[in-house]
Amino acid sequence: MNWRRFRAIFHKEALHIVRDWRSLMMALAVPMLMLILFGYALTRYVDRIPTVIYDQDGSPQSRELVERFRGSRYFSIVERQGDYREIIQRINHSKAILGVVIDKDFAKTVSSNSVARVQLLIDGSDSNTASIAAGYAEALIMAYSAELREQQIVRRGAGKMETPIDVRLRVLYNNELKSKNFIVPGLIAVILMIIAALLTSLTIAREWENGTMEQLLSTPVRPNELLLGKLAAYFLLGMADMAIALALGVGVFHVPLRGSLLLLTFASALYLFGALCWGIFLSAVTRTQLLAYQASLVSSFLPAFILSGFIFSISDMPLIIQQVTRIVPARYFVAVLKGIFLKGVGVSVLWMDLLFLFVYAAIVFMLASRKMRQKMA
Amino acid sequence: MPPDGNAVEIRNLVKRFGEFVAVDHVTLDVGRGEIFGFLGPNGAGKSTTIRILCGLLAPTSGSAQVHGYDVAAQSEQVKQSIGYMSQKFSLYDDLTVEENLDFFSGIYGVPHELRAERKAFALRMAGLEDERASMTRLLAGGWKQRLALGCAILHQPPILFLDEPTSGVDPMARRQFWDLIYAMAEQGTTVFVSTHYMEEAEYCHRLALMYKGRTIALGAPSELKAEHGDGATMNDVFIASIERAEEEGL
Repeated sequence: MNWRRFRAIFHKEALHIVRDWRSLMMALAVPMLMLILFGYALTRYVDRIPTVIYDQDGSPQSRELVERFRGSRYFSIVERQGDYREIIQRINHSKAILGVVIDKDFAKTVSSNSVARVQLLIDGSDSNTASIAAGYAEALIMAYSAELREQQIVRRGAGKMETPIDVRLRVLYNNELKSKNFIVPGLIAVILMIIAALLTSLTIAREWENGTMEQLLSTPVRPNELLLGKLAAYFLLGMADMAIALALGVGVFHVPLRGSLLLLTFASALYLFGALCWGIFLSAVTRTQLLAYQASLVSSFLPAFILSGFIFSISDMPLIIQQVTRIVPARYFVAVLKGIFLKGVGVSVLWMDLLFLFVYAAIVFMLASRKMRQKMA
Repeated sequence: MPPDGNAVEIRNLVKRFGEFVAVDHVTLDVGRGEIFGFLGPNGAGKSTTIRILCGLLAPTSGSAQVHGYDVAAQSEQVKQSIGYMSQKFSLYDDLTVEENLDFFSGIYGVPHELRAERKAFALRMAGLEDERASMTRLLAGGWKQRLALGCAILHQPPILFLDEPTSGVDPMARRQFWDLIYAMAEQGTTVFVSTHYMEEAEYCHRLALMYKGRTIALGAPSELKAEHGDGATMNDVFIASIERAEEEGL
């Protein structure tokens, strides 16, 4: 390893990065774009569900129920006096998700102490939103129903009754259950993977395609100097992306950073290094930019996105897929990120994940280094 | 410490790619300070031989020494003692003239205190002093070739390998390039150059005619022409040598 040659490669690579403004823009804009898109769009937080009411009764009791819907921030009433046709039409045109039909004997059945009927019609084409909407509507109706029951009992002269079980929920670590709080840390893993593996996958292949590798091979430069010089340049770019993502996450999305910034930087560097080596490895193996790009897309970005536990919970996956996630480095990095951001835990808890990231980085570096030596021999 | 003996010594060099024999028992020596030409049609094995001599390809059998070092066993030392210009332009298009020179200066491990001087020399030699800040992509063909040569001599190698350096360059630029080759030779550099332009063969001190992987003629241009009678041109020599080789069953 010769310091002069390493410096020369690093400097040249940095110039390539700066000169290729399209890639540079992509490298710097992608984290922002993804954070904004996912931060705002991928919220599983459902409120203001557009609702059509079909009140067939029109009694004080039924109107009270309608008022409850109106008063709740989870619902937004788009039509107060609909009918079945109207409900179906609105759902078909995606103007409503929920239809509430109150039976015409609602008041009568309630006061006669038998069971009154309310029908819910839900747009199931988005099953996630549908189940959440159904849950909210049921809860609201149940609460109203319990109140009516209580009033009747009080009216009959019994004393005020307490609900037998009073559940108080306290969510730890992400106490508002805000999806952005786990999406933003998870996104950092995906962003670093994209930048690292995709951009570096092109770098060696480009030298082969342009014939510059031939020129390099006639010089005393060693494979490892080329490898590390390129790694160093892209490493800085990756860490800049990390800083951007962190600044946006904490500054704009107000994701709490409860743990150590130093540990976060260290873990990111470890993960980034492994991802960069993987890109270079692919580039050295495939030798063409197109192939390298596709290979890195399939082998690094997709697993980081799907199998890391970033969006889809690993424990919900089929057992065999769960086993596959064990070899996805992003899985461990996502665990580390969530631990540091949301739980504020340190090395004593995260050491296993960090160890895996280290082992992964070391193995991939050795692979890349060996491949470079083979191809450049 | 430069070893004694010839700049290049090739003995029974063979390179096979599967069934195809690209280089077929080539034996030749190149003396120090010589401009040695490699003449032949495309596919004759010129590039393959040069690439073996530069340590880019391993020979199938036979041996070759460059600057006293064995190309197969001591490629590290070989690479330190040569400058190479490949057939295809292979500098970085998105770097400026000066940045390319700086890069190769670093890659060849030119000491810091010598870099400015060497760069100035390369720029002057290539006539690129006014283009130092130009993007390499925007240079004309002849200038690109001269820049490539400039990048290959920053570490003052005793031996230069130029693989068809003037292909695709206009005649005027070709002439200028040969002036550079002469200038390098005058300073004691050995220049090993391949070409398929007959008139360029005349510029060499000695040359080898390559055909189907073999050297079918070897000597100074004047000697070769004299062998073929009065008024023979390089072209005549070349055609006669090929015909003779074909008769011998090549």
